[in-house]
Amino acid sequence: MHARVSYNRGMISRQMGLGPVSRRNFMLGTAGVAASGLAMPAWAKGESLTHAKQGYGEVSGERIALTVDNHHFTVGGRKGHAIAVNGTVPGPLVRLREGQNVRIDVTNNLAEDTSIHWHGLLLPFQFDGVPGVSFPGIRPGETFTYEFPIRQSGTYWWHSHSGLQEQEGHYGPIVIESATPDPRYDRDYVVLLSEFTPRHPHEIARLLKVGEHYFNRQMQTATEGDMPLKERLMWGGMRMNPRDISDVTGDTYTFLVNGHGPMDGLEYLFTPGERVRLRVINGSAMTFFNIRIPGVPMTVIAADGMDVSPVDVDEFQIGTAETYDVIVTPPAGSHALVAEAMDRSGMGLASLTSHKGHRATPPPLREPVTLTMADMGMGSMDGASGGAMNHDAHGGGHGGMDHSGMNHGGGDAMAGMDHGSMDHSMRDTSKLPPDVKVGPGIDMVSPMPMDRMGYPGLGLDNVDHRVLRYTDLKAARMNPHRMPTRQMTIHLTGNMERYMWSFDGKKFSAVTDDPIRFAYDERVRVKLVNDTMMAHPIHLHGHFFELVNGAGMMNQPLKHTVVVQPGSTATFDVTANEPGDWAFHCHLLYHMHAGMMQTVTVRPFPEAEVEA
Amino acid sequence: MSARLFLAAPLMLAALPAAAQDHSRHAQPETEKPAEDHSQHAPRKKPAPLVLPPKSDPAPMDHSLHSVPELPEGPPPPEALEGPEHAADEIYGADRMAKARATNHATHGDMLTGTLMAERLELRIADGHEAYLWDLQGWYGGDIDKFVIKSEGEGEFGEGLEDAEVQALWGHAIGPFFDLQAGVRLDLEPETRSHLVLGVQGLAPYMWHVDGAVFLSDRGDLTARLEGEYDQKITQRLILQPRMELELSAQDIPEREIGAGLTKIETGLRLRYEIAREFAPYVGVGYEAMIGQTADMAKAAGEDPDGLAFLLGIRAWF
Repeated sequence: MHARVSYNRGMISRQMGLGPVSRRNFMLGTAGVAASGLAMPAWAKGESLTHAKQGYGEVSGERIALTVDNHHFTVGGRKGHAIAVNGTVPGPLVRLREGQNVRIDVTNNLAEDTSIHWHGLLLPFQFDGVPGVSFPGIRPGETFTYEFPIRQSGTYWWHSHSGLQEQEGHYGPIVIESATPDPRYDRDYVVLLSEFTPRHPHEIARLLKVGEHYFNRQMQTATEGDMPLKERLMWGGMRMNPRDISDVTGDTYTFLVNGHGPMDGLEYLFTPGERVRLRVINGSAMTFFNIRIPGVPMTVIAADGMDVSPVDVDEFQIGTAETYDVIVTPPAGSHALVAEAMDRSGMGLASLTSHKGHRATPPPLREPVTLTMADMGMGSMDGASGGAMNHDAHGGGHGGMDHSGMNHGGGDAMAGMDHGSMDHSMRDTSKLPPDVKVGPGIDMVSPMPMDRMGYPGLGLDNVDHRVLRYTDLKAARMNPHRMPTRQMTIHLTGNMERYMWSFDGKKFSAVTDDPIRFAYDERVRVKLVNDTMMAHPIHLHGHFFELVNGAGMMNQPLKHTVVVQPGSTATFDVTANEPGDWAFHCHLLYHMHAGMMQTVTVRPFPEAEVEA
Repeated sequence: MSARLFLAAPLMLAALPAAAQDHSRHAQPETEKPAEDHSQHAPRKKPAPLVLPPKSDPAPMDHSLHSVPELPEGPPPPEALEGPEHAADEIYGADRMAKARATNHATHGDMLTGTLMAERLELRIADGHEAYLWDLQGWYGGDIDKFVIKSEGEGEFGEGLEDAEVQALWGHAIGPFFDLQAGVRLDLEPETRSHLVLGVQGLAPYMWHVDGAVFLSDRGDLTARLEGEYDQKITQRLILQPRMELELSAQDIPEREIGAGLTKIETGLRLRYEIAREFAPYVGVGYEAMIGQTADMAKAAGEDPDGLAFLLGIRAWF
């Protein structure tokens, strides 16, 4: 096998055509503000846009001003339109302190509505920033003032919740320092992962609807892929593609770390012996990343902003919209901080270095990932069907494993191994509860979905080092011990071919007046059943739920986003103690755009607060 | 059930009152629930801040999960339906919020989009003949309903257009992989004729793209057409496409030299290279044969009933 040292599959040739990367793009992660200062071509006709800077500044204090503008952006030989906040992509780091109050004025200089959602923050619902759910949006020329107390600490982020603006650069990090000093680290860095594409996001949405796996350049072919013919026929028989890992890939994305492409030489400086806290935020629109620093172990100390008991790992996968805080104590030298896209179509890259200017050599991209039977919701049937089954599909997962599903689903699924009947058993809609709308929007029903909290993520189940699993996460602070009084099941549904995505077969456009209802202070166990072959990062606004991951009721980790693995289930307990209307959606931007979203209402809502 | 509750009892201290109403929640409004404690007392201030208890060593992993009783599914408690339907209406005004929700329909599910594809724009080179052919298809619409337009035609260089038709169809998703299509077809050549069209188009098992339709002409003639094609990737950009098309007729149509039954079979093998996804030149071979009575009529007219052609073309879309 030849070593692939390209940062983006297929990108190198294009980059060479555009000449060497400008040295002026080089940036220090430490400084946070880049001064690329390139002369920019006129963007739209007659309108010369200023060039958004890479990286970001920092805003803090009780009064913060953010301005949203059209800009031009260039990275890694790709250039195009961007929406920048305060002139940078990503927008500024919002640094706050637990216990303070903050007023944030957001001015919209776009020709369309915009918004900012404070991802992971506990706040009054009317300042959550979701147009049509929590507020009407910010009109062109308008300044909207958000005002709320800071009730937590940790690593979060903010982004537009309007249309597809997030893809264009409208996002940034949030760091909330704890009210009490934190002695766990000596140096503190943000690692904000995202993508840049020169394509307009509406064009990407169109191509996903019409374009035959448009961005996938890693399909199995006659000359590529190890899958035996028999299995290929089985996948073909189901009209499914086992290389459907990411909808949008390095074919159009340049993967960014703090706004910097892999060729930009972003550096994180440290002094040997220091404990460095890396606040890893997946602020991408569509990409899961595998994070590793070869040769440097990481200690995970927080997930989604909330402290967890330390877990030592060598690599972890971060779903879109999740955050993980890790502590590293690197030895002297330069170490590659690698954010490899889950589908291995490219990587984000920075150097963690004790020598300014020394770039670390990144490892090559690893082989593309191929889906298995477990990702079809066939449960874990190791050895049942040869080649594709060689992965340890469910790891050590024992959190909330659904044995009942196995009992009545098993027979059918086994019968489904027979090629002739596979097609039928993969869409047995009688397995769905009556509230799921069966129609063209559902191309698959997981025959026997299993809880896969113990699965480290696609492609990380067969690496030979320590990887993080949800079952490793234990809340560092004890949760109140309280049993849920009700359970609800939500099916994650979709149709790959038509690019339709929904909850329970119903797009958001069909259910804006039919929300998911919780009573105030009700504690509900929510089971998410993934009837698709994609991993979905499901995000609930305004709350932290507890992953039912086997850690025990009092140590279930608090999260705002949970990845539901393909063909699998994931379960969380949530206490609905934040009254109001909240968005609940898949955080893959184009899935949300296609309809994979709902409103969660928490009632009764006290009148007194509405007047506030 | 009682045995399982008993097992779980030590874990349920905090939630005992709520759990006790599992069976008859709605019949027990007097049950003391924490939620009601708050909601009954007049004006509650801001939500309680998130109080983080002191850090502690995590308790050893327990297996409480395995002894959790089956929780009831079902509607939320009645108080979940209290208060405004849309909370933000009372803060920002119902009109503005209604408009914002309407906008959300377009941006969260009801996107309209479309495409136009030239599946085949080709030269057909046989001994002594050079012909051209187009096969276009486009659509605009949403996930379920679409306006579909199709056009096919062919002719020989120097001899003008032989066949040309346009179809305007309404497409409606009838399953995850198939659309029903209904509409009209207008033939421009060899003569002006209109048809009603009813067909299905979609993705069959083993990834065959199929398109089948029956046509009822303004003269009452019933014909049918079935097409199928498959993309075999050789590499990510080099694609071999076998294609097959059958034509049938329910009756003789003398003026078109068509006999009842299977009238024509057309096969092709095209190898295309996707310079971009949207633009792929190809080479290929095609074999066409008239069948049965149709073939007999062709022979009687002194025509070749079948023929092999070398194909050169472009597949392009946007």
